[in-house]
Amino acid sequence: MKANCWYGKERLRVEDVPDPRILNPRDAIVKITATAICGSDLHIYDGYIPTMEKGDVLGHEFMGEVVELGPGVKNLKVGDRVVVPFPIACGGCWSCQQQLYSLCENSNPNAWMAEEMWGHSPAGLFGYSHMLGGYAGGQAQYARVPYADVGPIKVPADIADERVLFLSDILPTAYMAAEQCGIRPGDIVAIWGCGPVGLLAIRCAFLLGAERVIAIDSVPYRLAMARDKAGAETINRDETDTYDALMEMTGGRGPDACIDAVGMEAHGLAGLYDRAKQMAMLETDRPLVLREAVMACRNGGTVSVPGVYGGFFDKMPMGSVMNRSLTIKTGQTHVQRYLRPLLQRIEREELDPSFIITHKLPLERAPEAYRMFRDKMDDCVKVVLTPQAA
Amino acid sequence: MALRAAAWSDTAQRRSATESGRGMAQGLGWFSIALGVAALAAPRPLGEAIGVGDRSLLIRAIGLRELLGGMGLLAQRQKAPWLWARVAGDGMDLALLGLALASDHHRRDRVGATFAAVLGVAALDAAAGRQASGHSGMRRARLSGPYRAAKTVTINRPASELYRFWRDVENLPRFMPHLEWVKAVDERRSQWRIKAPAGRTIEWESEITEDRPNEQLAWRSLPGAAVENSGSVTFRNAPGGRGTEVRVEFEYRPAGGAMGAVIATLFGREPRQQVQADLRAFKQLMETGEIARAESSFGALKHAAQPPSEEEEVR
Repeated sequence: MKANCWYGKERLRVEDVPDPRILNPRDAIVKITATAICGSDLHIYDGYIPTMEKGDVLGHEFMGEVVELGPGVKNLKVGDRVVVPFPIACGGCWSCQQQLYSLCENSNPNAWMAEEMWGHSPAGLFGYSHMLGGYAGGQAQYARVPYADVGPIKVPADIADERVLFLSDILPTAYMAAEQCGIRPGDIVAIWGCGPVGLLAIRCAFLLGAERVIAIDSVPYRLAMARDKAGAETINRDETDTYDALMEMTGGRGPDACIDAVGMEAHGLAGLYDRAKQMAMLETDRPLVLREAVMACRNGGTVSVPGVYGGFFDKMPMGSVMNRSLTIKTGQTHVQRYLRPLLQRIEREELDPSFIITHKLPLERAPEAYRMFRDKMDDCVKVVLTPQAA
Repeated sequence: MALRAAAWSDTAQRRSATESGRGMAQGLGWFSIALGVAALAAPRPLGEAIGVGDRSLLIRAIGLRELLGGMGLLAQRQKAPWLWARVAGDGMDLALLGLALASDHHRRDRVGATFAAVLGVAALDAAAGRQASGHSGMRRARLSGPYRAAKTVTINRPASELYRFWRDVENLPRFMPHLEWVKAVDERRSQWRIKAPAGRTIEWESEITEDRPNEQLAWRSLPGAAVENSGSVTFRNAPGGRGTEVRVEFEYRPAGGAMGAVIATLFGREPRQQVQADLRAFKQLMETGEIARAESSFGALKHAAQPPSEEEEVR
């Protein structure tokens, strides 16, 4: 089959690899009809995710048709159309039973690597480094899905791929980011980053009752999308001081909740300091947005972090967090927890995440699609790849 | 390997020994950082003081090395590689100082004193390095043993179920991949076989020495085993419905001589690592009914995260 494989920083190749086969009783093989490039894939593309190996198949946002099942999967049939969550979760451990699926205790065969880096290991993920499992990803024509009786959700035939594909990651991620804000009537939510997760988080924050949402970015076409398609007020952080603008817009209180939908590769002038430290290997992450979000958040407010961080950073304003009673909530998304309620919202047409799609390309064009997405060329926001297109 | 070894928690006894070694490593780490800062900030006065004169660029480079090495020592749980890097650095410094001593351009008295000081530090580094390495695996096991390992994991199943599975010793190879098979001979005794290279195998007989249903099992090899070994597994309820805390202790003492050493290496790549991997597999089997496998879990060397070919999968 064809798969998008990683060969180093900014080096991807779509090549022929062996077809996946059932390896364990609870596995399924899915023939992939649609798969997307995630902002977090760009951290891999840019070489910031450790424990990648040449030839690793990328991708963790995918859906398709079940073509083969292990003897242990009783709830699916060959031919079912499913969306696959990006965290791999067994359903039987304590964490899974607490619905903390992205912390599954059994799905990472390389848990010892993550334990070394982070103290404990989270769940294995599709196509996201050896430290997080060493699983082949879904930017391919087929994928093997472990614990297929727990993760994949069946979707009705009459809903287009584009409307349900993002259940695999970014829609639940945006939803959990907004949910973590504990939104109450009158709340103003500020969201850094108008990429796919940020844009969907605007919608989710409104859905959960936010009075106003303020979106912050430096890319004009993305800010326009946040304004026109998602209904947010916007701040261009290249043109104004974000903190001052936020205070101006919130009566000097600061936003009740702040969402960092950017993560470890934030850009900006102040970023030179962190970029230098990153290059000297003295810091792995650039926490510009997180610092800004902490400083801006109102006293006693919440900072919600769906953006991916990988290692260490410094100059974290912990004094601001402590003295002002801030709450920080974060985590890889417990996708399985949100699948059913969000699918219902899509079916009832309360939510249609497909508005973020700007490009639909065949899988073969994955390498150029990564570059376009990363460099924000051609007003790119979200790329969907179709692996079965001839 | 260093990474992997560091992932293991140890028996209490070894832990206390390791901690005193850690104190020394910590001290050396701060020493490195102080020296590194001094060398980076004031290379010229430092050069004068040690008698080599104005060699700012070289001294700055050494300072950077010290700074990074010191941070590594302080930040990383596994100290041994950093300590051995320090020993290598000491060797380099001694070589440079030796060159300085041989040349006429330097203050020989000062260079001599510096040489002696670096020699002293090198001895400290080597001692700390040996202490740290001694606790990370095969080096010690190859020498004599006994080798002990202990590890605890919490499994989300009742103690009775876990005990029952373990008590049927023929189940053990299902989560201990180095075992070829275990056969129950009678209620207490069993025959064990492990795989060895070149198609050879090693067998021994074992007996259960303690059997408290749902609480504890202990066993030891019978006289005549090539690798004298014993172990126990204890099951204890975790609080608040969190399942069962399963603690495994394992000890082995290879027979003397080269053959014993070879056999010891077969017993597990690294005993604590092996116990940890086995316990993790036991947890997976009990909680999910299967052992987690990724596409990269195949092949002798690290396999890319792409589907294995049929041949790789069989192997």
